[in-house]
Amino acid sequence: MSGLDVLFVAVGLVTAGAAALSVTSRQVLHAALWLVVALGGLAGCYLVLGAELVALVQLLVYVGAVVVLVLFALMLTRAGGVPVVTGVPQRVAAALVGAGTTVLLGGALLSAFGWGRVPIDGGGSTEVAATIFGTDVWPFELLSALLLMALVAAVAVARAPVGGQDDPSQRPDPPADVEAVQGERP
Amino acid sequence: MIRPALPYLLAAVLAGLGVYGILARRHAVLVLIGVELVLGAAGLVLVTVAQTGAAGDPGAAVLTLFVITIAAAEVVLALAVLLALFRARGHVDLHAELDAHGEEEVRGRA
Repeated sequence: MSGLDVLFVAVGLVTAGAAALSVTSRQVLHAALWLVVALGGLAGCYLVLGAELVALVQLLVYVGAVVVLVLFALMLTRAGGVPVVTGVPQRVAAALVGAGTTVLLGGALLSAFGWGRVPIDGGGSTEVAATIFGTDVWPFELLSALLLMALVAAVAVARAPVGGQDDPSQRPDPPADVEAVQGERP
Repeated sequence: MIRPALPYLLAAVLAGLGVYGILARRHAVLVLIGVELVLGAAGLVLVTVAQTGAAGDPGAAVLTLFVITIAAAEVVLALAVLLALFRARGHVDLHAELDAHGEEEVRGRA
């Protein structure tokens, strides 16, 4: 095993262990914090593989934003005594399906790519930037529209009337005000 | 030199753990954590292909960046849905209604 292999095995074991704890921990907050370790370990895996830019974006977006959102969700939906895990039969079935996914995916990837050793020769940040702002510039620009739409839709969904009932106290301002404001303009 | 089998194995393990987390949890936020793990596995496969593929094409790394961004948008919407769910029901237990139906059936049989 080369040095990179040893390094990857070390970081990968941390990642897999933290991921296992984050899906088995019975404390909701502990599960979210183990997710931080798992996603940070994944960023370490990207670093070992030589993809520095992806590793930094992973740290910024996942550990910095996604996990904060998950923690916010936990904080805002706090209700004491919510059961966390399902019953034993469903957990056994879920473990079987998860193990099946692992075996199927691992077997397919290993049979496709083999056990051999290859040099790391991916493009650096310059090539990635050239691709983002060259070939993939339209998807990249569309992503900003996607993020904006997600933000607006999140506000709309979170402010929607509860249970489909049209509660007058939560209804937005009647359109008469809008017309009145617009009517004042020349 | 690195064996690409190691990252692929880690991605398979992460995907399996994520599927287990999605299926075995009844707290909605913890289901979301399983989804994040599956997305992380997909990103790891993409980065490995980008860094060890023969073509040396950075397209897969760019695709990983897109996946990360779309995952952020997905989590924003999931948080909003969770908040709406919590305001409507007072909890985020995905199995509460199943349990209630099960108890009703048991009572109906008795």
